[in-house]
Amino acid sequence: MSTRSARVLPGFSLSLGVTLLFVSLILLLPMTSLIGQLSTLSWSQYWAAITDPRLIASYKVTLLAALAASLFNALFGLLMAWVLARYTFPGKRILDALMDLPFALPTAVAGITLATLYSRNGAVGSLLDPLGIEVAYTWLGIALAMAFTSVPFVVRTVQPVLEDLPAQADEAALTLGASNLYAFRRVILPHIWPAVVTGTGLSFARSLGEFGAVIFIAGNMPYRTEVVSLMMATRLEEYDYAGAAAIASLVMLVSLLLLLAINLWQGRFYRRLHGGRH
Amino acid sequence: MKRIGDGTGTRLGLITLAVILTTLFLVIPLAGIFYQAFAEGLAPFWQNLTSNFTREAIGLTLLIALMTVPVNLIFGIFLAWLVTRFTFPGRRILQTLIDIPFAVSPVVAGLLYLLLYGRTGWLGSILSEQDVQLMFAWPGMVLVTIFVTCPFVARELIPLMQAQGSAEEEAGVTLGASGWMLFRRITLPNIRWALVYGVILTNARAIGEFGAVSVVSGSIRGETINLPLQVELLYQDYNTVGAFTSAALLAALAIVTLMIKALLEWHTHRREKTA
Repeated sequence: MSTRSARVLPGFSLSLGVTLLFVSLILLLPMTSLIGQLSTLSWSQYWAAITDPRLIASYKVTLLAALAASLFNALFGLLMAWVLARYTFPGKRILDALMDLPFALPTAVAGITLATLYSRNGAVGSLLDPLGIEVAYTWLGIALAMAFTSVPFVVRTVQPVLEDLPAQADEAALTLGASNLYAFRRVILPHIWPAVVTGTGLSFARSLGEFGAVIFIAGNMPYRTEVVSLMMATRLEEYDYAGAAAIASLVMLVSLLLLLAINLWQGRFYRRLHGGRH
Repeated sequence: MKRIGDGTGTRLGLITLAVILTTLFLVIPLAGIFYQAFAEGLAPFWQNLTSNFTREAIGLTLLIALMTVPVNLIFGIFLAWLVTRFTFPGRRILQTLIDIPFAVSPVVAGLLYLLLYGRTGWLGSILSEQDVQLMFAWPGMVLVTIFVTCPFVARELIPLMQAQGSAEEEAGVTLGASGWMLFRRITLPNIRWALVYGVILTNARAIGEFGAVSVVSGSIRGETINLPLQVELLYQDYNTVGAFTSAALLAALAIVTLMIKALLEWHTHRREKTA
């Protein structure tokens, strides 16, 4: 992109004005109230608010479930991206469109249908019950809901990279006598793993904050199946605004750091991929 | 040309696995919504769908979407124009700021607004002296939805406008085009489909937003219950058919969204091929 000549174009002050006005009113102004609310707490009160044992239990549940969900999505997403990018078969367009379902479907709707299916007498839950697998009201159910809502991240970051890979690379490896698996590991994987990591990171970030889909299947038992988002909502219902703000500050910090890490990672990868071309 | 994974066994095996997993993981939950909605036949479904409660929820849901989409459409275009056509200090920070709603839990979004505009908030207490109440009323629900959906249009436009570059617009300027003409004649035709896609995503999320809206709604029947909140309320009341009736309505909208998206992709793909 040209830099010097850019100011030739009109609309700089107008678009800057509109953007800053919007960002200030919609994004920054509400954040001032968080700082205001936090300033009513002393350090020890803040510390007590974010280290409440019930809350710490919810950190563990949320992290564990989000980790499991994003690892599942890394594998599932890789498979789907590969199949959609490399093969043609009847019904492919439908399969492709279905990958976006979790983003199009409201989270509460996903939540009630998963909770109904996986409850002990639900269609799927009744099959799993004799095997001793309980999904609803356990961390597994939370992970399932998180995995469902974040399916598109890995698929949609890896798929375009796979589509852009030139066929010559494949052919060279295979002509030189490499096995399929070996060629995949040495030729394809180095190209796509940055995208896999980015997608998995986004999926993890989304899972950490998921609320609508999770609360229905989680059962929300204190110390066992409460997620952090629910703890915030509970504090608000109890009119403990300061306590909710304390948790929110921690959640925002973690999300922002995660987002920053993903953006930096993506930026580095993008430059490496396209840096030589211009 | 020979390609990795093109052996018949690998190919069929992977496709089968993909189809089975997608069916288990996505199709069955989707089908389950409609199954539950019609579990007791057509009559209860129809009764729930045409009840006053549902009608009010639909009305509020549409109102939120109608107010959110235009605001974020305009903002998204200005933001994309700003960050892809100009360089200025703070550009990266601005782009990261815009991603905040995307990254934080929707409950945090609701909480930020509740703290600001609620009775105890500094702005809320000023407003309540004027008898303006935004929280636990529809304007608050619109505001948090705008917050939650603000990155969608911009996120679709920015990569595209970056890739296209500004050469065409610069040529337009040297030919004496005004700003508006530049946008309408050059930029808009180039970004048209990405714009439509951004609007569809914004709309889908605005219709389906739950977490942020539930914090600021206050659940006042007939006033602040939109469709997703109604789904929750009926489900907690053990009114399964009622909950799944509204859920089926939302799921049908989601399917329409997916179809429009698939159509748009097919369209741009075909244009790329012929171009």
